[in-house]
Formats: sequence, C-alpha cells, structure tokens
Amino acid sequence: MSAGLPMEMDTLYGDYTLDQAFDEMRERDGTLRSHYVPLAENLAHLPQDELQRRKQSADLSFLTQGITFTVYGRDEGTERIFPYDLLPRLITAQEWDRIERGLTQRITALNLFLRDVYSDAKILNDRIIPRELVYSCKHYRRQMRGLQVPRNVYIAVVGSDLLRLNTGEFVVLEDNLRVPSGVSYMLTNRRVMKRTFPQLFSKYGVRPIERYPQLLLATLRSLAPEGRPEPNIVLLTPGVFNSAYFEHTYLARQMGIDLVEGRDLVTHDNIVYMRTTDGLKRVDVIYRRVDDDFSDPLIFRSDSSLGCAGLFNAYRAGNVTVTNAFGTGLADDKAVYAYVPRMIRYYLDEEPILPNVETYLLGEEKERKHVLANLDKLVVKAVGESGGYGMLIGPHSTAAQREEFARQIEANPRNYIAQPTLDFSRAPCLIGNRLEPRHVDLRPYILFGDKVNIVPGGLTRVALEKGSLVVNSSQGGGSKDTWVLEN
Amino acid sequence: MLSRVADSLYWMSRYLERAENTVRQLDVTMSLLLDPGGASAETRWKRLMSSLGKPAGMEWSGDLESMASRLFFDALSPASITFCVNGARENARQVREEISTEQWQRLNRLFHQIRTPQAQAQFGANINDSLAAVIDGIHLFKGVSDTTMIHGQGWQFIRLGRYLERAYATATMLEVYQPELFNQDEEDHSGYQYLELVGLLRCCTSFEAYCQVYTADLSSGRILEFLLLNRDFPHAIRYTVDGIRDAIDSIQRSGGRRPPEELTAAIGKLHAMLDFTTIGEILAGDAGGFLHSIREQCMRIHELIYRYYVHYSIQSALSA
Repeated sequence: MSAGLPMEMDTLYGDYTLDQAFDEMRERDGTLRSHYVPLAENLAHLPQDELQRRKQSADLSFLTQGITFTVYGRDEGTERIFPYDLLPRLITAQEWDRIERGLTQRITALNLFLRDVYSDAKILNDRIIPRELVYSCKHYRRQMRGLQVPRNVYIAVVGSDLLRLNTGEFVVLEDNLRVPSGVSYMLTNRRVMKRTFPQLFSKYGVRPIERYPQLLLATLRSLAPEGRPEPNIVLLTPGVFNSAYFEHTYLARQMGIDLVEGRDLVTHDNIVYMRTTDGLKRVDVIYRRVDDDFSDPLIFRSDSSLGCAGLFNAYRAGNVTVTNAFGTGLADDKAVYAYVPRMIRYYLDEEPILPNVETYLLGEEKERKHVLANLDKLVVKAVGESGGYGMLIGPHSTAAQREEFARQIEANPRNYIAQPTLDFSRAPCLIGNRLEPRHVDLRPYILFGDKVNIVPGGLTRVALEKGSLVVNSSQGGGSKDTWVLEN
Repeated sequence: MLSRVADSLYWMSRYLERAENTVRQLDVTMSLLLDPGGASAETRWKRLMSSLGKPAGMEWSGDLESMASRLFFDALSPASITFCVNGARENARQVREEISTEQWQRLNRLFHQIRTPQAQAQFGANINDSLAAVIDGIHLFKGVSDTTMIHGQGWQFIRLGRYLERAYATATMLEVYQPELFNQDEEDHSGYQYLELVGLLRCCTSFEAYCQVYTADLSSGRILEFLLLNRDFPHAIRYTVDGIRDAIDSIQRSGGRRPPEELTAAIGKLHAMLDFTTIGEILAGDAGGFLHSIREQCMRIHELIYRYYVHYSIQSALSA
C-alpha cells in the first residue's frame, strides 16, 4: 500500500537517498507508506518556521525539566539534554503484535534458562549450550547457585534492543537483562510530543504508555517476600553521578517510592533497613539500578562503596527481594545470546517468533578464522560490554583499529563475538528544516511479575549523525517517540 | 523520610537563604556608595565581608566592581552567590524525587540564568537588575515550595534550614553593625546616618515593616528591638526561632520516635532567652555578647539536628 506524494513534500526532503536499508516512511520507489501519509501531510501543511518553533519550545521543555544525562570521560559539561528528534516513529498494530508475542516468548525462555542454570543446569547436561561458555561468562554468579528467588522471576525489568532489517523484519540485537535504562525518556518524550503535535496525535489513535510506572510498581509488589503484605519498596541508585540518575529520580517519583543510595541502607540480622529521620525502617523490595559488582562489597567487589554491605546475605535469607536478581547478566552475554533460539526450542518447544542476528562465536576456531579475515566487513563486540563501548564497526574502522582488535581477539577469543554489519532501518528525522533518514533501533520495555507485560511503545534510538550506526546515548545518539497505532 | 534526603533539603534551603542574604547585603552596600560623604568603599566592603562571616579570598583589592563581580560569580568561593545557587541546585538534584517539578524547574532556571555568558555582561551594565533577578528567582522558588509541596517532614526541613540560616545571618550582621550604630549618640543624626539605618533595615527587607510598627522615625535602639524581638516579622530573629521550634515540633509529631530532649531543650532555651529579655536590658548590658550567644546557640541546634536526624548511630536506633 502506498500513496502519491502531496506536492509540498518535495520541498520538505533534504538529502533523502533511498537505498538497500528499509526506510520506515517510504517505499523503495519513493512513495509514502500508507501509515505515514497523515504525518507527511501534516508536516507539508505547516508554515515554514512552525516546525522550528515547535522544536525550540520542546527543547526548552526538556532543559527546564532537567531531563539530562551524564557523559562519561569528559571533565566539562558532563550534564546534557538527551538529544531527541521531533518526528515520531510509527509502528502498526500488526507489527506490534508480532513484537509483543516474540518478546514474551523470548523473555519467558531466558528466565527459564536462568532458573535452570542456577539450579539443575539441565540445558548444560543435555549439551544444548556448552558448559564452558556459561561458566566462563564474567556475569555468571556462583553465589546464586541453588538460591530460590521469589516466584522464580530473575528478570523482572527488561529492555530488549530490536532492529529492522532490509526485509522489513524485526530481529533482536540484544537482551538487556541487568539494568536496562531509557524508559524515562520514553515517558517524557511522549509528554512533550503530545504537546507538540496534539492534532496529529489524536488523529493517529496512539496506544497509551503512561501506565508504565504503575505497572512497574505492581510488578515489584508482586515479588515481595512472603508475609510482607505492605512491602516497603525502594529504588537503589548509584547516586547523582550515574548517567541515568535523572531516570532513577523520575521513576521513584512516578511510583511514589523512596530513592535510596547504598549509604542509606544498613543490614542487621539479615534484615535491610534504611536510615530515616524517624529511625531505621525495614526495606522489603529493592529495585536495583546498581550493577551486581557494586551491590555488596562483602560478596562482590570489595572496593565498591555504592552498595550495601550484607545485602546479599539478607537476600539469600529471603528477607528482601532484589530485582533484577544477581547474575542475570549471564543471559545477556553476547556469546550466550547466540544460543537463545535454541533455548526457546528447548524450554518452550516453539519456534522463535523474533529471530536473532547471525552471530560468530570467536571461541570456535573456524569462525574466528573467518572473522579475522573479514574484519573490515563485520561488527565485533566485547561480550560483557554495553552502551556501545568495546565495539569495532568494520566498514567504518581504520586499519590500525582492526589490527588492535585482531590482537585482542587472539589474546582472549571468548571475550568477543562478531556479527555482519547490519543495514538496519532508517526513519525520517528533522535535520535543520528538512527531513533526512537516520538509522534507528527500537527498545521496548518488558515487565515480568505475575506475567509478562509490555507497554505498547518503547524508546526508538536514533543515530543522529549522518550514516552513523551507533544509537547509544553515550555515543551521540538521540531518541524518538514511538507511536504504536491502535489499528 | 530518608536521613540523606532530609539533609539535602535542609542544605538546599540554607544555601538559597544564604544567597538571598548575600544578594541583599551586596545590593545595600552598592547603593549606599552612591551617596557621597558616607564611609569609603574599602570600609564598606570590609564591613560587608564581616557580616557575611569573613569569607576567605574576598580581601579588598581596591576595585569595587571586580570585588562585587567576584562575590556574585566566583563559583570556587563558598561566599559567592553562584556557589550558593549551585549548592542549592546540587542538593535539589540529589533529591529530585522529593521536591515538586515546579520547585525543580524554578531552581534549575535560576541556576542556568546566572551561568549564561550574558549574565556577566548584564552584571557589568546594571548590577541592580542582576541582583533583582536572583531575588526574584529565589522568591518564586519559595512560593512554589509552599504551594506545590506536601507540608510534611521534607517541607519542615526546608523551613528549618531557612530559619536557622536566617537567624544566624541576621545575628552575625547585627553583631557587626552594632558597635558603630548602636553606641552612637541618638542626637547627632546627619542625613547620612539616616541612610545607614535605612540600609541596615533593607538588608533584612524590613524598612517598610519597621515603619508600620514604629513610623519612619528611625532609632538604632528600636531597629535592634525590631530585628531581634519582633514576633510577627519573618526576618526578626524571634520570629525565626519560633519557626525553628514549630518545624521541629511538626517533625516530631509526624515521626514515631521519642522526642530528642537535648534538641528541644536547646531550642527552648534560645526561645526563652528572646521571650524574656527586654530591649532595655540588652542595650544596657552587653548587646554584642547577646548577639554572639544567639549565633552559638544556632550552631549548637544545627549540631543536634544532625545528631538526631542524620548521623545517629545504628545501635541507638535499634534500641529505640
């Protein structure tokens, strides 16, 4: 389905080349995809400066709200507004249905995998996944073996990254099972967009996402320890210097729970308390935004002061729920990732609805040779890293960078995987006064308590630099509001 | 409420109060210099610094404009207005979830406003406008604090910080001014002496309020009485101590812990001292010592607040 261009559209396009990559708005022949027609018409009918005016008022709104994030590795100006693009990314009801079913299936399987690995390890005994891959993962936590977690839920809060290939099909790039962030940007983007394009918004019939904080709270409450009917739920943040601090405060406020830092917590007789002006108050559920390593200096990294000494023992005693559970990073290890389709078949006896990206494991000699010979065409990633760090994008790399990576791969092959350079989809963005296509991904947010819950939407991340494939906010990416259409 | 959060709200409020006090005193100092015949710029600057607690690094350099600019913009000096606004905002940022969006936006706007490159240029062109803009920002913040925040413990800690800072700052200022003004012969008022007294009242935004109570007939004894012992004027020390007592009472009522005896005793003592001393006794006795004692008691109250609400030992909390 496509429609002809309104006359004014031509003047709206900047450098808008269509090539192999899937364009979210336009067919390969340049016509508009039908669900983008109202958006395009609306833009074409706006007066010349109106878009810029709306952009400025949206900018101001972000700045005064203090919606900022912190960039690591720079001394000055460490606080920045989260860059965003004014135009929404549209997802049809049909596309969303598939994403929702696919993610539900995937998260269910990943949770079963974690439970299995930390108890009987059947999947390893049945040789579906190589034992050494699991036990050599730096996010595997021996301390979690045989520990009963509430409702058997290891991953209550997930944000998976999806890409759209040139066939138009969505694939999963990675599962963020530790402390996925960005959900506050999804929520604030939506608020600003409703104010920026009110008519367009109501014309489209966009499914609401505003319930997310309430759902998150319900999820956390459902995981409270037995016998605590009115649980005291807190959000544990590393503190004001963390890049996602804005999000932590935002979520705590939206849920009406206390935002605590490690120094606010003390443990006594395996019970966690927080220090209040009325004395010590017991804590029942901790929504943790601190990595495993920094959570408890007695069990994990002893040089960390971000967590709370004794937290893990209280957790083991069942007196406090910590979510996500410790050791979930095992299942989003980029090498373990390659086995997720096999997990889905093994645990659920189903075919994966959302496919993986083809992945080469460099621990295997044959694959390593192939990768080393084709470094200029592939993307190499360190398995335990996230946020776009520790990554080589072959076609955009220099010979020196490739040599450096080859050396690191030879030294520690288990630490790396390689994937083909993906020509993932592009969506129109407002660059200056014109529309230009930029690469986008999609991060929906999944909650898992009583059951799997996915709010219809997510954070569309944009590589705002022309031609760039890196969408991470820490590396110059921005975001877009994501509109999942009612029908 | 979390102890850390109470601590941050308390300091957010103290820093803003301090910024406001500094702005007003700087404003008065600058405007008194417009009239010939009064004290020299150097004398006035030194007095200003004394009543701000003699901050380091603000010694007289000979150039008033650059000194004023430093007192406004030098983010590294704890005495500067910029430092105080940064401090308030940094504390607010750490308890972003506890304060309302309106509060945060006002404070954030003030923070950005004095950081812009234009701010320095504006200051050079018209100091009054710059100072008035800061006062406006702070007033807006206080207004939305009262109207958009739950009047629970957090709000009480904000009041506590505001009043304690104000009591301390006013006592410091009066202590600096009193040898000069209050020991003078009432009779020999030149026009300049009158301006000085107006200036002193304006440092506490109290000129109009004073006139309502005593008419425009300014006398140093009445000014001291007004700023020390008035019950109804928010910048008078007695009013602020009432506020401190009231805030602690409310915090105590909303929490479940036994009342901290030492703290209520310390506040009660200060309160009683202001309740049961007449201005005649103060003027006849050691006024400087009286003011100094107020400052010391404020410091003691601050320490006790910390000991009871913020840095208490776990053992004491478990046995309670």
